[in-house]
Amino acid sequence: MSGVAGASKARSPWLSAAVWRGLFRDRPMIPLLALLAMLVVASELVRPGIVGPDWIGVILRAAVPLAILAGCQTLTMLTGGIDLSVGAVASMSGFVVASLAAGTGTPTAIVIALVAAALAGLVTGIGVGVFRVHPLIMTLGMGLVVLGLANFWQLQTLMSSTGVPPELRWLGSGAFAQVLPYSLLVIVPLAAVILVGLRRTGYGRLLYAIGDNPIAARLAGARSWQILVVLYVISALLAAVAGFLLSGYTNVASVSLADSALLPSVAAAVIGGTSILGGRGGYGGTMVGALILTVITSLLSSLGYPDAVTQILFGAIIVAVAAAYARVTSQS
Amino acid sequence: MTAAAAPADSRRVALADLLGPAARRNAWSLGLLGFLILLLVFTKLIEPRYGVTGIQGLAISVLPLALAAVAQAIVVISGGIDLSIGSIMALINVVSAVLMQGQSEEFGVAVVLGVLVLGLVIGAVNGGLVVVTRIPDIVVTLAMSFVWAGCALLVLPTPGGGSAKWLMDLVSGSLGNDWIPKAAVVLITVVALIWIPVRRSWLGLSFYATGSNRLAAFRSGVSIGRTKLLAYALMGLFAALAGLSLTASTGIGEPVPGPYTLLSVAAIVLGGVSLAGGRGGVFGPIVAVMILQIIRTDMTFLNVDTNLATVVQGLILIGVVMIGSLVQIRRARA
Repeated sequence: MSGVAGASKARSPWLSAAVWRGLFRDRPMIPLLALLAMLVVASELVRPGIVGPDWIGVILRAAVPLAILAGCQTLTMLTGGIDLSVGAVASMSGFVVASLAAGTGTPTAIVIALVAAALAGLVTGIGVGVFRVHPLIMTLGMGLVVLGLANFWQLQTLMSSTGVPPELRWLGSGAFAQVLPYSLLVIVPLAAVILVGLRRTGYGRLLYAIGDNPIAARLAGARSWQILVVLYVISALLAAVAGFLLSGYTNVASVSLADSALLPSVAAAVIGGTSILGGRGGYGGTMVGALILTVITSLLSSLGYPDAVTQILFGAIIVAVAAAYARVTSQS
Repeated sequence: MTAAAAPADSRRVALADLLGPAARRNAWSLGLLGFLILLLVFTKLIEPRYGVTGIQGLAISVLPLALAAVAQAIVVISGGIDLSIGSIMALINVVSAVLMQGQSEEFGVAVVLGVLVLGLVIGAVNGGLVVVTRIPDIVVTLAMSFVWAGCALLVLPTPGGGSAKWLMDLVSGSLGNDWIPKAAVVLITVVALIWIPVRRSWLGLSFYATGSNRLAAFRSGVSIGRTKLLAYALMGLFAALAGLSLTASTGIGEPVPGPYTLLSVAAIVLGGVSLAGGRGGVFGPIVAVMILQIIRTDMTFLNVDTNLATVVQGLILIGVVMIGSLVQIRRARA
């Protein structure tokens, strides 16, 4: 990047490295979207003709639950935290709905799952906000608790993993005209609320304030414990929604359903430009980050490498992208 | 220093003053040790047959996680965190198991030394990436956990391989007295031989300095980059030891990482290491690992569902950390 910019510097002062850097710093979405476009082109080059309406539908369907889970990470990372319980909460919610839907009807089951998730979030929030336990360890412990309870519940109900209600299957894997998945009906309003909430509401500003400088936020009158308790409840609810979509997408209700999505959700938020140290970032970049990760996954699997090589490349690409992103948008 | 300030006529007070700071510094670890003893007594009460075999089983089963916790503690003390420890352990586990399968005992020695060097290199790669890219440690090591787990799968797609006989003998059984399991001796020896010299040298001091205040350490002449790199390399060495202990205790290589990464984080926090860096040691985390394990054993004795045992482990983790942080909040107010 700097090489290109350096070469053009001699001819045109408008395209100097500083200009590019300033542009990327102010509009971090540009390099992200460029990377996404490059990946799409690469997918097309590897398998000519693959990029089309069907492919877009497949990518979107897989990206939506990841984007929602990455939303949990974005919100908590803005305050300098992290939520490692999203995997357990999402799996638990999907499983609770699947195990109860036949008896109580899907809407009631969804409400019960949301209440359970909110309770878990409430406990996490109280731990982080009131007792000031480090979010990493609080959400880790809560993840263990939720996973154990879900396992226990599974033994009590003795349910096999086939009970995903048709409504969720429709939402998670159906699509308008086989292209636009119905899960967009969930993520579009959610994303709008998160984006507007972070930019335009006092609560959103307070999240940035706490993450940027907790002492200054407290001195300015922010009650950080209230903000954090609400934040972790929101995060758990988002995770629950992602769990519904994921169980509908995979048609599997298992208590370890979303475990493998935990680390990619953190990676998506980080690639999307949210600082894990708090105070910087946003949900727009996170959604692009989730798309990037999904396209990378599909690209790697279409290359036909064994699973092991795919994993290695996946990790290496995350490091490379995060490093490049940090360099391109660095403040200095 | 404190002894000199104390009244000379009262030797008792002087002694208390001498012991006081040491006890206060290790108050958390000593408290944990007391809790562990209580748990052992409780175990004996609910299961009168718990004895020599129980202690030996405990020592073997805690060995991998205890070494992983030491590895994690070193990185966290120097201000980082490593979320790839489980993957590194899996990689070392499969590499050693593949190389040792069907080979002579002597060759096994070379393999052990080789994979320890490999662990150092892997740790240094993690540390080097953290230093060079300047992305937060948690992100780098999270991504690297995919890389190392992928390498493990590449080396050995399905569980298999073997272990040298002497390596397996090294951790099973007891040494002299039945009450001294070999695994515990190995753990103590390894930690004493590697960590204590480091801790007492400039290197250990710069770990703590970097972790507690990076800028102050830099201005005092500590090379932050080099310190981080060495901390990660040392982490890699201990992760390799943990991976070898998996080979030794199971006799095979298992390419899918166990839950060691997150459990090691839980153990060090329980063990009094501050996630903010610069505070804690390796003794507390080792005791914490034993506590976590013995709680699991007690749950089986009490016929509690293993899933509920996970819940209890999580609750204890949260509860203990909450108490610790409450104590700190109150101390800060006082």
